[in-house]
Amino acid sequence: MATPETLVTGWDSLDTDEMIVNMGPQHPATHGVLRLELRTDGEVVKAARPHIGYLHRCFEKHAENVDYPGVIPYTDRMDYVAAMGNSLGYALAVEKLCGIEVSPYVATIRVVMAELQRIASHCVAVGTYGMDIGAFTPFLHLLRDREKILDLFEWTCGARLLYNYNWIGGVSHDLPDGFVRACRDFLREFDPITFPELIELLIGNKIFIKRTAAVGVCPEELAISYDLTGPNLRGAGVRSDLRKDAPYCGYEAYAFEVPVGTGEYGPVGSCFDRNWVRVLEMRESSKILHQTLDRLEKMERADVHEKVPKRMKPPKGEVYGRSEAPRGQLGYYVVSDGGINPYRVKVKSPCFTAMSVFHHLARGMMIADIIALIGSLDIVLGEIDR
Amino acid sequence: MRQWLRDVWEGLFTVLVGMRITWRHLFTSSVTLQYPEVKWQLPPRSRMRLFMKYEDCIGCGQCVRACPVQCIYLKTEKRPATEPAIWATTGQPIKLDVTLFDIDMSLCCYCNLCAYPCPTECLYMTTEYEFATTDLGEHLYHFAKKDARFLTEDPKKKAEPPAPDDGGRAPSTPPASPAGASG
Amino acid sequence: MDLALRLLLELAPALGRAPAWVQAALAAFVPALVCFTFVALGPIVYVYAERKIAGFMQDRLGPMRVGPYGLLQTIADSVKLLFKEAIFPRGVDRRLFLLAPLVVNVGAFLPFVVVPWGGRLQPVDLNVGVFYVIAVSSLATVGLIMAGWASNNKYSLFGAMRSAAQIVSYEIPAVMILLVPVMIVGSLSLQDIVSAQAGGLPNWFLFRFFPLMPVAFVVFFTAGLAECNRTPFDIPEAESELVAGFHTEYSGFFFAMFFMAEYTEMFVISAVTSVLFLGGYFAPLPELQTLGPVPLGWLWLLAKAWLLVFVMMWLRWTLPRLRVDQLMHVAWKVLLPVALALVVVLGGLILWPATAWGFPWDRFVGWPITLVLVFFLLKVMVRALRWSRRRAHELATIGLER
Repeated sequence: MATPETLVTGWDSLDTDEMIVNMGPQHPATHGVLRLELRTDGEVVKAARPHIGYLHRCFEKHAENVDYPGVIPYTDRMDYVAAMGNSLGYALAVEKLCGIEVSPYVATIRVVMAELQRIASHCVAVGTYGMDIGAFTPFLHLLRDREKILDLFEWTCGARLLYNYNWIGGVSHDLPDGFVRACRDFLREFDPITFPELIELLIGNKIFIKRTAAVGVCPEELAISYDLTGPNLRGAGVRSDLRKDAPYCGYEAYAFEVPVGTGEYGPVGSCFDRNWVRVLEMRESSKILHQTLDRLEKMERADVHEKVPKRMKPPKGEVYGRSEAPRGQLGYYVVSDGGINPYRVKVKSPCFTAMSVFHHLARGMMIADIIALIGSLDIVLGEIDR
Repeated sequence: MRQWLRDVWEGLFTVLVGMRITWRHLFTSSVTLQYPEVKWQLPPRSRMRLFMKYEDCIGCGQCVRACPVQCIYLKTEKRPATEPAIWATTGQPIKLDVTLFDIDMSLCCYCNLCAYPCPTECLYMTTEYEFATTDLGEHLYHFAKKDARFLTEDPKKKAEPPAPDDGGRAPSTPPASPAGASG
Repeated sequence: MDLALRLLLELAPALGRAPAWVQAALAAFVPALVCFTFVALGPIVYVYAERKIAGFMQDRLGPMRVGPYGLLQTIADSVKLLFKEAIFPRGVDRRLFLLAPLVVNVGAFLPFVVVPWGGRLQPVDLNVGVFYVIAVSSLATVGLIMAGWASNNKYSLFGAMRSAAQIVSYEIPAVMILLVPVMIVGSLSLQDIVSAQAGGLPNWFLFRFFPLMPVAFVVFFTAGLAECNRTPFDIPEAESELVAGFHTEYSGFFFAMFFMAEYTEMFVISAVTSVLFLGGYFAPLPELQTLGPVPLGWLWLLAKAWLLVFVMMWLRWTLPRLRVDQLMHVAWKVLLPVALALVVVLGGLILWPATAWGFPWDRFVGWPITLVLVFFLLKVMVRALRWSRRRAHELATIGLER
């Protein structure tokens, strides 16, 4: 494993054959403003150094200057592709701090929204990955389904991308009448049509398999030592999912599996495995959704604002609350000094740790494979830079 | 050799399967909406431009405190005792004169945190989203009116409160139902 | 050429009084000009068609605003590109930079000189037509390398080198397969090759020596796809790779010229493939060859070429991109052995006295073998398709009660 020293000294002494290639901040395939400095020998990359920080918007500083409910719009804007998951972790953390226990109705709504958001986020992840590899069409098919999910969100809370939905002690809007039926309509089209088509068109394609199956192999020990979480870790073969290991919001009541990479077409932990885990997670989310919708039909409606405090002044203390966001384990470390503004909110961003393994995996690859690697790690710069 | 043959067969076959799917999609209907000829009907809870009904504002400042980006500017003065007593349509008495109530929509992050604590529900987000301008100053909306007609009788006492009429200065949007109505 | 001369003399009798060299020059020049115009207007249609087809395949509409149903989109784009500033980055080799698009276009347009659109509707009927096509289509490679080198940009050079390697590698299987129709006919002239396919659908070379000729067709078409730098072989101009490859530094009109060259090259490959395998300007049924006194041959060739262009676009929007080394693997380890095997086997079959011209191999031995093989192939394909659909459906609904 390369230590920082060898990387740093390696840059200054450049062989005559090598050149430094910049995949600059503006690039169609880097999923945001990310600068990759690659030292290449012809087509093969010898060393890679990512530069982040182009999207830093001082989230943690803002969190110190607004009150507890006011932090939630800011959390949405970190991982803007999967905003429901962000606010969920924060709400769970502060609820733990204040000792608030939400009703089962609210917990079920939260699970519905989180799983819908997981499907939508993986649509983007898998779609853009296909687009990076060169298949333009599955991206648009998946985006069409994502639009249906965003329509459901807009109907419920009024916004399509940044929802401010999971509040401390509840959710911002109750589900509208007919939501369960609309959600089932969506799943009725997604399960038998979009999902199999995606597998046939993109995942099963021999060219796609050849491009991703032996590339960017992150074995189990490496994944654990670099603290990867989420689909990146599960792609390496580790069966670790917060929804099973440390359930929240009533996840223990739902029956679903945790897909892991099995190395069907190449070594375990390749780009194909990580992507395959995301695809299978869409199926698992759909399973969970069917179960939660059944539950919602039998439950009676409750007031979703019942436990939302009028004035948020948590007691002094600190808490770490985490949730399984579509990109991994998203954790919030909240320190309260008893005032109306948080003293400190520190975010553990799963994409940041995913980015940290990049320099290790990128050695010895070709430049075309770098694109495949970045796409398979599924990074969103908003979350890396906060 | 067998691996080679299998690779070639799988390559050809998956290509043909993929082509079959795209061929089928050639004939499915498209999902494009031809804006602006065809407009998407926004659901009633949509969070677009803010609207404030000045006649109902009691000047409590809850919205100002709730806003995470501080885009609401409020200035109030105590109403002198000589002036007639006025009420909001929801029954709260109005004790403060709101001399300035500006919302800067260019700062607003559309989170709807301001509408929730409003005691009279006079501040809410409407479905109006086509308000792009060429001058940034036009995004500062002034809701305080000089010639507003307030309710002079306590509506809780009367069976049917008279309907107040609107002034003309604030951007007039037909008041969509406040956040919380079912779709 | 004498046909052209007679047509010109009919239109302008005064020409009869011009000196002989003027008549000859005009008779050579005018058909080439007509052909060039006809072909050069093609990209306008192809760009629009590509965007619309891409749109429909992706459940969206494509261009709709400029003109009714977006028909004027390409014209608007070309006008915009014409007016764009042509940027010359610092350090470019100006002469090479300006010549490169021209050379690529020359390589794309020249093969049309020998493509026959009718019995005598051909600018020039060279008796080494096939050889000429191969030779001249390699000019595009020179243009690409010039573009990459002159750009003074290491990524453009990357792209140009990869592209040159790709085109050169794929030419070899293409040339091998080109030998097959030549062997069947015994002449390099494209007109002779088309004439040998007269008489309707079963006489087309695609349907002779079943099932070997369709394999040859697929190999040739794949090699042709790679020559045009189309997905899945479009690494040189990949949009989401490092940069746009060899034409990164070109802007405005020169970029338009590269674009035009690419679509023209697509049309060339399609037209040459139609001539070689799909019967050229002959209709599937001899009754459809003329509509009254009007010969429809050119329309049939156009239809076939457009069909193949559509297949190229279809493939582009379905398949991901191959990596450079995988590209080379396909060329040298898959297409070339298959092409060599085909040439040897087909050559043997043609030489064998009893099977000259495909008779009686096709009539007595070919069809039964073909039917058996096709039946077996269909069975395997249906089974594999059912398996893949079942697996995908399984994956989608495992554990769900409904």
